[in-house]
Amino acid sequence: MSEQKKIRVATCSLAGCFGCHMSFLDIDERLLQLLEHIEFDRTPLTDIKHCGPCDVGIIEGGVCNSENVHVLKEFRKNCKVLVAIGACAVNGGIPAVRNNIDLWECFQEVYHYGIGLKNGQIPNDPELPLPFDQVHPIYEVVKVDYFLPGCPPPADAIWKFLTDLLAGKTPKLEYETLHYD
Amino acid sequence: MPDNNTILLAVQTAAARHGNDPANLVQILREVQDALGHIPEEAVDDIARFLDIPRVRVAGVRGFYHFFHDRPHGRYEILFSDNIIEHLQGKPELLQQMCTRLWVEPERMSEDGLVRVGSTSCIGMSDQGPAALVNGVPVTRLNMERVETMVELVQKGVPLSQWPADFFQVEDNLRRADVLLGEPLERGAGVRAAVEKGSDGILAEIDRSGLRGRGGAGFKTAVKWDFCRKAVDTGEECSIVGPKVCDNTAATVRYVVCNADEGEPGTFKDRVLLNSHADLVFEGMTVAARVIGARQGFLYLRGEYRYLFDKLNGILAQRRRDGLLGENILGSGFSFDIVIHLGAGAYICGEESALIESLEGKRGTPRNRPPFPVTHGYLGKPTVVNNVETYALAAKIAAKGGEWFAAIGTAQSTGTKLLSISGDCERPGVYEYPFGVTVRQVLADCGAQDARAVQVGGPSGTIIGEGEFDRRLAFEDLATGGSFMVFNRERDIFEAARNFSSFFAHESCGFCTPCRVGSTLLKKGMDKIASGHGTCADVEELKRIGQLTRAMSHCGLGQTAANPVLQTLDKFWGDYEKRLISKEFEPSFDLDKALAVARRITGRDDAWAHVSAD
Repeated sequence: MSEQKKIRVATCSLAGCFGCHMSFLDIDERLLQLLEHIEFDRTPLTDIKHCGPCDVGIIEGGVCNSENVHVLKEFRKNCKVLVAIGACAVNGGIPAVRNNIDLWECFQEVYHYGIGLKNGQIPNDPELPLPFDQVHPIYEVVKVDYFLPGCPPPADAIWKFLTDLLAGKTPKLEYETLHYD
Repeated sequence: MPDNNTILLAVQTAAARHGNDPANLVQILREVQDALGHIPEEAVDDIARFLDIPRVRVAGVRGFYHFFHDRPHGRYEILFSDNIIEHLQGKPELLQQMCTRLWVEPERMSEDGLVRVGSTSCIGMSDQGPAALVNGVPVTRLNMERVETMVELVQKGVPLSQWPADFFQVEDNLRRADVLLGEPLERGAGVRAAVEKGSDGILAEIDRSGLRGRGGAGFKTAVKWDFCRKAVDTGEECSIVGPKVCDNTAATVRYVVCNADEGEPGTFKDRVLLNSHADLVFEGMTVAARVIGARQGFLYLRGEYRYLFDKLNGILAQRRRDGLLGENILGSGFSFDIVIHLGAGAYICGEESALIESLEGKRGTPRNRPPFPVTHGYLGKPTVVNNVETYALAAKIAAKGGEWFAAIGTAQSTGTKLLSISGDCERPGVYEYPFGVTVRQVLADCGAQDARAVQVGGPSGTIIGEGEFDRRLAFEDLATGGSFMVFNRERDIFEAARNFSSFFAHESCGFCTPCRVGSTLLKKGMDKIASGHGTCADVEELKRIGQLTRAMSHCGLGQTAANPVLQTLDKFWGDYEKRLISKEFEPSFDLDKALAVARRITGRDDAWAHVSAD
């Protein structure tokens, strides 16, 4: 077996639901095929905490708090190619629904008025990531090379996207794989 | 807040006046708002019931037009015109001054419900700006002094009727007249000729004249009228029963519509035509009606020109008394009448199919074309839609023949064109020129010695720099609907393009995604560059979004929305370059500032409660 250098891939979910990661796993046994060509850096599969130098970074979810920014910037710094995957990374998605609600009202609803809450306090522990007043798509914070839309993008779209990239081609998806209505 | 009985009465009155006809929904909403100050939810319920249409349709129409309000918006509503020319003449400072003195925030009604101060798209007064609409009535030539007086009048609660009359003085500023405005036509001469020469005779004259539509696109008027004349109603696409003002029985019903929704920023020539030459316009509509065989006409008057509404209705009444309008015109057996519909603040309604939708009492969303209005227009019937100026010219041609007209102008663009000239020149106003005149000539005539750029045809048109001043105004070269905005050497063309981008983002009807999203992304990109955070990557993105918006949009608005950005990037790159920072990428918002609210709520100020810029 020829020993070729494997493509290093990192993934993470910011303000997302891990649905895109689940869809990624839906490529099923093709994952093994993929692993012949790639190796994982930071991903939920490896439990590596920080992203090191990589070829491809895949980001699920938008940017809703300060920690998201740190992670995203670390990915951008280390990844040659950065991909926004799924509606939340591309546009903000469901988490961005809160953009029309004042942050103070959000906090009050969660910590003061919620059912069963008494003497609720707003947490201020420095370990907690601080939320932005609005949720942003990742391209507003770092340069993004590719956008893969969908909620989530189907496994076949992710497979096609990655295999094209591995083959050194500009990923190209058929209309059907991008068409949701 | 009005009680339920008051609301019911207002709705009942307005609906009854318009025959409980859904096609008059826009007019009904306007009258209800006049009576109540705004259009509350209860009124929407009542209107839906009276007109027997779904509630959402009423609410949808109310939400579409800028001048309709679903909540109180102040006893005084002061809307400054946001045209770039007026912007450069000090509109932002005047608005700020008024807000400071009245102790209000822009766009927000004061706590006591007294006043709201805000901005609106160009109101067609840029030759005498800065101007504002006060409760729908234009106040011109604003300066700090005038603003100060207005503040006092508002604070004392003086009714508008008692404000100084010169505040509301709107000048024609007619600077150069040619065959249209310079040589008066005897009243009724056009109609008389139409009656005598008949449909074929008049159409032949219009054809001979080479007249092309003056709205900007320049379609041959004779061809349009002939299409409409020959169109036969197939009975399709007529989903709602329309206002039967005139009852045509067996024959195909056709309509004549005059597009007086002069919304292109920097245009005001129709204002002058309607103010001082309305007879000529109505005459032209009557001529068109004779040609195509219409009994019913509409003048779609933009909401901003509402102050002309009563005057125009008076002229229509006079024409009826004189036998030039109504039943049996000049004893010929030909009958035709005109109704004025008021718009309610929507630039998109200048697009002919959106205008027709609005006339039908709907949201002003452009239709798919084809079919074109000449076959499927108002209520699905064959309809001719022309610009105000086109009708005025048609009246002249009907009376004087086509040959005379064809001899003026250039081969492809016969006759004269009205220009609305504003900006950095000594004599802004309306100028009538034969087609083919050079930009340089126009600049010299209006006293623009120091011109750096001219926006021809408004934001959706073309911007030209000094190197192109020898180009000619004609359909062969620089086509224009009449807007002519002059910028001198001190002006920042980037700011002009940014103003235009905001305009399009604001006026996009929201129907198609490329325009709705594209115009907003363009605006955001321009704002980012303006704030000093723009990079070369942002410029590339602007180009990409611009091309996409241009290629994919449903109607002319979206297809031209990127013009200001793409053209100025090309022709005035220096104005962009000096603003860009030399970084590969810059976030589109201030990250640390976006955490400020959460810092305040949690009381945190530790290192993790901040994000550094890079």
